[in-house]
Amino acid sequence: MEYVLETDQLGKRYGGRWAVRDCTLRLPAGRVAALVGPNGAGKSTLLHMAVGLLRPDAGAVRVLGRAPYGDTELLSDIGFVAQDTPLYRDFTAAELVTMGGKLNRRWDAALARTRLAQLGLPPDRPVGKLSGGQRAQVALALALAKRPSLLLLDEPVASLDPLARREFLQALMGSVAETGATVLLSSHILADLERTCDYVVVLSASQVRLAGPTDELATSHRQLIGPRHDGGPIGGVAAVVRASHTDRQSTLLVRTDGPITDPMWTVREPSLEDTILAYLTEGDTRASHSEWGVAA
Amino acid sequence: MIEFVLDGRSKVNTYVQLVQQVKQALRVGMLTPGDQLPKVRDVARSLAINPNTVLKAYRELELEGLVEGRPGVGTFVKATLASAPMSDQAELRGDLVAWVHRARDAGLTPDDVTALVQTTIRASYPRQEEHA
Repeated sequence: MEYVLETDQLGKRYGGRWAVRDCTLRLPAGRVAALVGPNGAGKSTLLHMAVGLLRPDAGAVRVLGRAPYGDTELLSDIGFVAQDTPLYRDFTAAELVTMGGKLNRRWDAALARTRLAQLGLPPDRPVGKLSGGQRAQVALALALAKRPSLLLLDEPVASLDPLARREFLQALMGSVAETGATVLLSSHILADLERTCDYVVVLSASQVRLAGPTDELATSHRQLIGPRHDGGPIGGVAAVVRASHTDRQSTLLVRTDGPITDPMWTVREPSLEDTILAYLTEGDTRASHSEWGVAA
Repeated sequence: MIEFVLDGRSKVNTYVQLVQQVKQALRVGMLTPGDQLPKVRDVARSLAINPNTVLKAYRELELEGLVEGRPGVGTFVKATLASAPMSDQAELRGDLVAWVHRARDAGLTPDDVTALVQTTIRASYPRQEEHA
């Protein structure tokens, strides 16, 4: 299998704090992958290292087998839409398309113009005067005009209203079908991911908690409900991801390595969202009640 | 040409929903051999879903011998699922209406009837149940 993006014990430190640490993952070609995690988990840092904007402090990142930092030739193969789609706001969309042609070695201006025309965007208005959804579409069209093998998007839909979000995802999925580009997009809107992404990377507290194809995650995780469990082994369970208990009942989200046949447990298939949330909670470090000086 | 519609509240996998919709269209005669299915790119765009999901659905339909992909052209219907002619179905429907009326008169609620029908289907079509 060919990997478009590989990281190996990748790390980035800001001062004394690790923004990304021990990050090892392999993203196969042709996937649409979601990079999920709370704010501050290191998603943007990871994407910036992949696009060569940041130099790793530990380990390695490779895109198409090469280290992106300082490799300008490789950059023509990577499309990047940064958070809040920063564009030169006084330029019109048509001017940005022309500018892209001068700055990039491979540039499909006709593709960008066709896409923007299909969306009915005005070519002659400064992009700073467009709506957030329209600006996001311009940024996507510019990124796609490079005809990249890898497309990285940092929170592309976070600030969009529901209609603009849907239109953006429609444009993205349509172009993925046309170009076969591999996509890694960070998001914390889990509801969109189940349909758009076929691969998930969960990042929490600067580390990768989970990475894999979504259909495998669905078959390899189960929710168990049963009488209070003391932590002993359960047949078919490889690991307990998250557990909550009352005095009588235990509710577990588990990773399985076989069928769970013990009739004591009610077994359910969790949604992708439930599974991701369980891994996010696992990496969560909260302040205790005592730190606030109140009773638990 | 059919247009795919997803049930947002359904727990059924997206690709299974696409497969089911094609089969339903084949059953009622909305699709017949030779018809083209929507292009993968168009389905991905209009539903904002991953194109691999559409490919998976079309592959499954191909494996079942219902459609065939012609490289560079598209995916076309090859077989039909319309089994019994409509006239037979009218007769069956008449029988069913009479039976449902008897059930109602016997005091069964709609839920009782559904449960009874489902257990009967399960007993009569043992293998299809696994697939559904």
